[in-house]
Amino acid sequence: MASFNTLIFVCLGYVALLFIVAFAADRLAATGRATWLRSPLIYTLSLSIYCTAWTFYGAVGYAARSGLEFVTIYLGPTLVVIGWWWGLRKLVRIGRSQRVTSIADLISSRYGKSNVLAIGVTILAVIGVTPYISLQLQSITLSFAIFAEAENRGAAFNDSSSVFWVASGLAVFAILFGTRNLDANERHHGVVTAVAMEAVVKLIALLAVGIFVVWGLSGGVASTLDRIDASPIGEWQTHGGRWAAITFLAAAAFVCLPRMFQVMVVENDDERHLRTAAWAFPTYLLLMSLFVVPIAVVGLDLLPPGSNPDLFVLTLPLHEGRDGLAMLSFLGGFSSATSMVIVAAMALSTMVSNHIVMPIWLSYQGSGATVSGDVRHVVLLSRRLAIAAIMALGYFYYRLSGGGTALASIGLIAFAGIAQILPVLVGGLFWRGATRAGAVTGLTVGFVLWLYTLLLPGLGGGLIPETVMQSGPWGIEWLRPQALFGISGLDPIVHAVLWSMTLNAGTFCVVSLSSFPSPLERLQGAQFVNVFEHSAGPLGWTGSVAQSEDLMIMSQRILGPQQAQSLFQEEAERQGARGHLPEPTPTFVETLERELSGSVGAATAHAMVGQIIGGSSVSVEDLMAVADESAQLLEYSSRLEAQSAELSRTARQLREANEKLTQISVQKDAFLSQVSHELRTPMTSIRAFSEILRDSGGISAADQRRYTDVIHDEALRLTRLLDDLLDLSVLESGQVSLNLRDGNLEDVLDHSVSTAMAGYDSPMRIKRDRNSEKLHLHSDLDRLAQVFINLITNAQKYCDAADPELTISVRRLAGAMVIDFIDNGSGIPSEARSSVFEKFARVNTEKAGGAGLGLAICREIMQRLDGDVTYLGGHSGSAFRVILPGVSEIAAQ
Amino acid sequence: MTERAPPRVFLERQTYRRRRMLDAVRLLPIFGALLLAIPMMWPQRGPATGSQLAADGAEAGAFVPMSDAIAYVFIVWAGLIAVSALLGYLSGEATAADGAKDRKQGQDQG
Repeated sequence: MASFNTLIFVCLGYVALLFIVAFAADRLAATGRATWLRSPLIYTLSLSIYCTAWTFYGAVGYAARSGLEFVTIYLGPTLVVIGWWWGLRKLVRIGRSQRVTSIADLISSRYGKSNVLAIGVTILAVIGVTPYISLQLQSITLSFAIFAEAENRGAAFNDSSSVFWVASGLAVFAILFGTRNLDANERHHGVVTAVAMEAVVKLIALLAVGIFVVWGLSGGVASTLDRIDASPIGEWQTHGGRWAAITFLAAAAFVCLPRMFQVMVVENDDERHLRTAAWAFPTYLLLMSLFVVPIAVVGLDLLPPGSNPDLFVLTLPLHEGRDGLAMLSFLGGFSSATSMVIVAAMALSTMVSNHIVMPIWLSYQGSGATVSGDVRHVVLLSRRLAIAAIMALGYFYYRLSGGGTALASIGLIAFAGIAQILPVLVGGLFWRGATRAGAVTGLTVGFVLWLYTLLLPGLGGGLIPETVMQSGPWGIEWLRPQALFGISGLDPIVHAVLWSMTLNAGTFCVVSLSSFPSPLERLQGAQFVNVFEHSAGPLGWTGSVAQSEDLMIMSQRILGPQQAQSLFQEEAERQGARGHLPEPTPTFVETLERELSGSVGAATAHAMVGQIIGGSSVSVEDLMAVADESAQLLEYSSRLEAQSAELSRTARQLREANEKLTQISVQKDAFLSQVSHELRTPMTSIRAFSEILRDSGGISAADQRRYTDVIHDEALRLTRLLDDLLDLSVLESGQVSLNLRDGNLEDVLDHSVSTAMAGYDSPMRIKRDRNSEKLHLHSDLDRLAQVFINLITNAQKYCDAADPELTISVRRLAGAMVIDFIDNGSGIPSEARSSVFEKFARVNTEKAGGAGLGLAICREIMQRLDGDVTYLGGHSGSAFRVILPGVSEIAAQ
Repeated sequence: MTERAPPRVFLERQTYRRRRMLDAVRLLPIFGALLLAIPMMWPQRGPATGSQLAADGAEAGAFVPMSDAIAYVFIVWAGLIAVSALLGYLSGEATAADGAKDRKQGQDQG
């Protein structure tokens, strides 16, 4: 018999070995030399923390009670791992690209970084895992007790104190190696390596016991099989519903258990390791369960009735006097328990500290996330305290529950609790429409149903009164905990899984469909569901151009598209690259980082560039925090609006210009036809009369004289017309040279009136106010006189009053000199007023004396002189106003 | 950003094989789940029996002995592991062989 002291000694020695392995692995990893630490083999072995003491001891007990049903616990994970291409690959990729630290972190960041969800998942995980931890403590204690009993030292063995020391020791180990560094993305090489070693130990231990049982006690495979068929569990007795439900539960728990998430996703170094784990991990599970039934059958056969089947692995070798084998088996169970407890405590402490302790601590600090410096210290401290607290919880749970329940049943209950995370997780990975509200509702419904239908009834001890179990709360039969909605007769596990998972997933979907996600949720949803399009590939696959592209996208958001594009273009040209994306050489990355730090500060720029170069894609929150995306969108849309307004303005201008051109073209045609008409009329009479003079013989001298006069007059008129046309064309083309002189307005008017009135028999009366006319001028006086003469002549010609009279008044108006010519005739009809200044416009064709160019010439002249001539409405007769600008203030003295 | 060639409709023989290999990887867990669901239909006796058919079978003595059940489950299990290992090895070879170039296209058409 191995002495109890030897056992303690071996046990301590084994723990010391674990310490050394973990310590050495950490040191090796720090030097970066130990590539084997990152091998797929270590990864696969670390996954084996799925096999806890529940597996090591409990599976045999399970088989002894329910036959082959125990195997479902391993078939579920096998299917999940074999189907890695469907789910695990995506999970690992997201975990790496989003720098996820735990399953609570993953769920929370998928649903818009919701802290409520993170806290919910954390609480669920703590409630689900604590009984599991106490289960491990129990198994270690029980195995101690077995050895103590074997040595007849049962009286001296103190149950509770040994549990206490075991819990403390495990807590110290977890604290020492689980919280050495802060960044959860830095792998805990020490712990993982220790776990891998323990995986080997427990496999060897179980295989050794199994081989001993099959070949040592039963005499080979064939006789073992006969023995199995002859045993109480020699017949297929598994209920189909339980078979499916437990397989499903195990599969779900494999993905959702915090410790599995820790080793599978957080500690993953390379997602290609999954390819190896896809066959290596199921192999491990197969080997672990290969000898379970034989051990159970032989144990039932050989050991005295009433012995605990959960400990057959240990008691069978002891019973046969194989102390060495028993010791190995003990170490196997010890390994299973310690590795599970350490990793679970680590994972849970990360969740508790990140999602519960730190938010509270920061809000008590009052200064929010801007605190710096001692935060790392606080985080580490809170994680250590959390580990201690979780171990304490496990310890107290063990003390309170009395440690009597069968190992397997509590394990299944914990599985069902953890599995409530599955709908939210799967929905988050594959369905962009999943919303935070849906996730919160689904989780709550699942959690409450699990509590009500499985955990509370399962714990027993009168947590739910017997009356409620029998006839439901308040006598409502439909709400009986183990027969919801009146469906009774189901196995409790099947019942709980069926209702909690269905209603969990159902409410999750319905609420997701009917609620609307926040922008951050939608962005995160897109990043998660389409992770393979957003993130860089695994190591070795990463195309460098993809990195450049990511850098480009990020720089565009921070620097603005043009600057970023020109920066990249320049670099690409410098490198001589073909496209417009340069290789992300270290120099270029440095340049870019400097460029970015100008906009967002050095630390942020470094972090952002680091994330991309480090192979993980930019998290939306980072970008949103740095360059507020919505603000950018607004700016962009306002820029678009401005551009479109400018475009429509230009279009309007073009349209106006086009109209003007068409008008001018029409005017030109009209002008040409007018000119030819005007020229033709005098030419016709000249030709007619000259033909008469040439052809007719007997023309009297008086007639001859009259005809020649007509010809002469018409020739004069023609000359005048041509002069006018020439004048107009000179004025319009701007080639006119002005002869600017100093003079007096009165003189100019005097000259104009006398010139205009010359040759008329009854000149109209002119009313003037000579005092106001004594103004000094600096202008082209001859041209000005030409305008005045034209206006006075027009009045003389067209005024139809019986007693024609023209008033010429001079005033100063807003710094300009205004000369009005107003007659007492009937004036110009309003419809003709707008066209009097057009060429060849004549108001009254009967009285037409000129070619209709006079006023057009007047306007041209006045515009040359920086003034204007306009028609003045509001008078009974026709009224014209001549405006002369910038007149000198000095009145002519 | 980058100039992308329009995706080709047909792939080279090697790429085609790899694509089908990935299909097989995807199908394997479904196939496995079906095989492992078969024990649910085995006849059994005792109070756990649900269907009349199973009870009839049990009366006729057609229950499944545990050794057969173990053999079935473990052979299916080992078979799944073997196929998974084979596919993992083959698809790993293929991926390592043609590197990152086709990866993008693989996702377009995958």
